[in-house]
Amino acid sequence: MTTESSGDLATGEPAGASVPLVQLLAPDGERVEHPDYEFDGTDEDIRGFYRDLVLTRRVDAEGVALQRQGELGIWASLLGQEAAQVGSGRAMRPQDYAFPTYREHGVAICRGVDPVRLLGLFRGADQGSWDAEKHNFHLYTIVIGAQTLHATGYAMGIQRDGAVGDDDGAAVMAYFGDGATSQGDVNEAFIWASVMNAPVVFFCQNNQWAISVPLERQTRIPIYQRAAGFGFPGVRVDGNDVLASYAVTKAALDNARTGNGPTLIEAYTYRMGAHTTTDDPTRYRVAAELDEWKAKDPVSRLRTYLERNDGAADEAFFAAVEVEADELATRIRRETQEMPSPEPTSFFDHVYVEDTPRLTRDREAYAAYLESFYADAAAVGGH
Amino acid sequence: MAPTTLGKALNMGLRKAMEDDPKVLIMGEDVGKLGGVFRITDGLQKDFGEDRVIDTPLAESGIIGTAIGLALRGYRPVCEIQFDGFVWPGYDQIVAQLAKMHYRSQGRLRLPVVVRIPFGGGIGAVEHHSESPEAYFAHTPGLRVVACSNPVDSYFMIQQAIATDDPVIFFEPKRRYYEKGELDTSITPEPMFQARTVRPGTDLTLVAYGPMVKVALEAASAAEAEGRSLEVIDLRSLSPLDSDTVVASVRRTGRAVIVHEASTTLGIGAELAARVTEECFYSLESPVLRVGGFDTPYPPAKVEEEWLPDLDRVLDAVDRSFGF
Repeated sequence: MTTESSGDLATGEPAGASVPLVQLLAPDGERVEHPDYEFDGTDEDIRGFYRDLVLTRRVDAEGVALQRQGELGIWASLLGQEAAQVGSGRAMRPQDYAFPTYREHGVAICRGVDPVRLLGLFRGADQGSWDAEKHNFHLYTIVIGAQTLHATGYAMGIQRDGAVGDDDGAAVMAYFGDGATSQGDVNEAFIWASVMNAPVVFFCQNNQWAISVPLERQTRIPIYQRAAGFGFPGVRVDGNDVLASYAVTKAALDNARTGNGPTLIEAYTYRMGAHTTTDDPTRYRVAAELDEWKAKDPVSRLRTYLERNDGAADEAFFAAVEVEADELATRIRRETQEMPSPEPTSFFDHVYVEDTPRLTRDREAYAAYLESFYADAAAVGGH
Repeated sequence: MAPTTLGKALNMGLRKAMEDDPKVLIMGEDVGKLGGVFRITDGLQKDFGEDRVIDTPLAESGIIGTAIGLALRGYRPVCEIQFDGFVWPGYDQIVAQLAKMHYRSQGRLRLPVVVRIPFGGGIGAVEHHSESPEAYFAHTPGLRVVACSNPVDSYFMIQQAIATDDPVIFFEPKRRYYEKGELDTSITPEPMFQARTVRPGTDLTLVAYGPMVKVALEAASAAEAEGRSLEVIDLRSLSPLDSDTVVASVRRTGRAVIVHEASTTLGIGAELAARVTEECFYSLESPVLRVGGFDTPYPPAKVEEEWLPDLDRVLDAVDRSFGF
């Protein structure tokens, strides 16, 4: 028996490379046509995407740096996945709602979440401090795949509100990764969304790696093809192509909001960094793989396109984006370093909407206990 | 006022909650056309429609996970888990997601989800149909856990649970579903998260909840014939655990016996015994005793009556308490 048993059963190919994907901007920066999808935005929109990509990458780099400096306990880098996140995030309308994993920093930025807020969780200052309902961007979910069910339930709520069925309808984005497709919750979410015809778009960033475990240990067929078994469409998009990620997501969201049910989007991309700052990818993958994906980099691809097309963007534009990224990085650094740790007794807060008598008692007793040290210290200091 | 079964009282309570608040939904396996395997949701889908009484796919994690999403959208889902032993596929969503979301959002998000679980044995069922998993949930901060024991509480407590803005795990004593009691729906109910003294007494405090309240009351009657006055407390709320009511009683009686079907080790009785010992040390005439299921998996039905606490085992513990 061979251990090389992964891949496409029909073709014998690995569950990946040979399958056609929707691409509107090639790695060399050339726009390409696709029979089913087109990017309908303007050059100004594209410049906006470029800005989002650069800011997202800078936030991510700052997260890694702050972890190295001891300001964060851990950071989950999205390096390489910026286009999948910005493209899908920008395809959402204000009334749409996103349920992220813990790596959706680019989507968060698209939803107007202050990036500093993202760092609090990784610093250990909080467990997600942004107002989810203000941004229609749920708190990060760390248990793999659990949020896909929340997204589907939320979509069922949209149905019950009568907020689906026309162009102004609302829809939900469920983010997850290739590893999550092995989870029961994700498969249950597919079933629920399918039989309920729920307005949810399943957006799987296939970054090829679940920490150290490669895609072929999660699936023997391309992920997007799984949708067929659940009874809704699946599509693979070039996740390093922000234009295609935007166009495919926009079409899927419009399908959902008009009452035509769920779609599974497999954004084919690559986790260029480590799983998190505690991870060491040199133990399980070869450098050549990273080099191959560097040639498909989502940010440089878009920059090449903008530079090549006269009038799309000039040097002043690129310089302004760099300045903005620098300023954002400086602010993130400062505000993270200044981020206060919560008061010890705050961990008694919000266990329930109303405290139980015992929580109230425990909080008061612990506060008095802590206070006793200050009293002792004051007494010692008085000598 | 009319004699009503515990199961019918739950059905009436659910109906009232749905009438009072259009955001209340019922979801679970077979809860729609069939009305649930115990008929607790009988007739509700016919009257409130398929959007509000949802026959779900057969997957418990999916039931709880989508209920969380519905709650985030402003609904108040009431999930039915068909049997106690089937809750485990949904356990992760309950413990890791449902219980913590309010906390981790610093109070911004509210999860008014009720999870109804028929629990306990004594019905001659196959395995996974007779378990008492309440301690797993009571151990989890962020969840409220209650157990009803009679038709009046069933009618009111299910409505109170639905009106609660925190997640509530609602245990129903399935072996008592068909037992009747007088139900006056016009009374003002007591707060839900409090124990109730269901029989006053002076010599020993007997604590129970759910299906064991009836056994405790029978034991108190039997003990009275022997000249012993037992005070019986129905805990009703397991989290928060209203130990204050129990402590006040034990300070008067000096003795306590706690009864539940769940395996004894690390059960609700263990926590209660610790609290009573801490707070009643100088009032106690004997150690706090527990009568529970044995520390084994639930046995085959032909020997379940031997496994479950019953009148004789409770009276035996009462004897041991007095004999100490």
